[in-house]
Amino acid sequence: MNKIEVGAEFAPKSFLINRKLLVEYANASGDQNPIHQDEAFAKSVGLPDVIAHGMLTMALAGKYLSDISGSQSVLEFSAKFIKPVVVPADTDVALVISGKVIEINNGIAKIELLAMCNEVKVLGMAKGAIKI
Amino acid sequence: MLNPDLVGRTFTSADSVNVTKEAIQKFAEVIGETNFEIAPPTFSISITLEQSQSLLQDSGLDWTRVVHGDQKFEIKRPIVAGDVLHCSSTIESARNVAGNEIVTVRSDLNSATELVVSTWSTLVVRA
Repeated sequence: MNKIEVGAEFAPKSFLINRKLLVEYANASGDQNPIHQDEAFAKSVGLPDVIAHGMLTMALAGKYLSDISGSQSVLEFSAKFIKPVVVPADTDVALVISGKVIEINNGIAKIELLAMCNEVKVLGMAKGAIKI
Repeated sequence: MLNPDLVGRTFTSADSVNVTKEAIQKFAEVIGETNFEIAPPTFSISITLEQSQSLLQDSGLDWTRVVHGDQKFEIKRPIVAGDVLHCSSTIESARNVAGNEIVTVRSDLNSATELVVSTWSTLVVRA
């Protein structure tokens, strides 16, 4: 783990997303929207295929943030959902999260997160604040 | 189209939610978290999602066109197993940008009188 100082960068971590994980997240979160599980439904509403819950992507980025901070000290976390994570059948899609410290003030570090999938940025303005 | 009179409307759940270690574990395991005593940072969505949907159910929003625009959490303290939480959700704003309707819902989770987590969900209703 890197020292938390302004400019410090944390090693990227890859999270694998597949259809099974989408079902598990739907059951854990209560979000049973069929666009995250049913390929025919997703295509019928104009999506290329089943897409991951934006909140699953954010939950995985949250795990990365927890790992930086220790799980008790995430104070703020926000992100925009700018591109869908498309999850074809029988495929593990890699979500790669990385982060760096952009500010430290009064014992609180702001972390900027980058979430990439197939070299496309899927979360915009992803930021967390952690107690240090 | 959201009825503009609904901005400022608050929906407070009659029932409290008992946060169980099992519920935290189920959520944590999906993301590879092994600490099941303390809820992950985005766990509260599993409580607030249903609340905000109830709030918006009869609001006039076209749900078939709703996409999640962004999400913010302010965590005063982590949710832990054994917490008993009440949720209240408020439509904070509704505006129209280039034909898309943008609605922001704030949900607060309280343990008795203590605010534990506030979340903001921005929903975009595509034109």
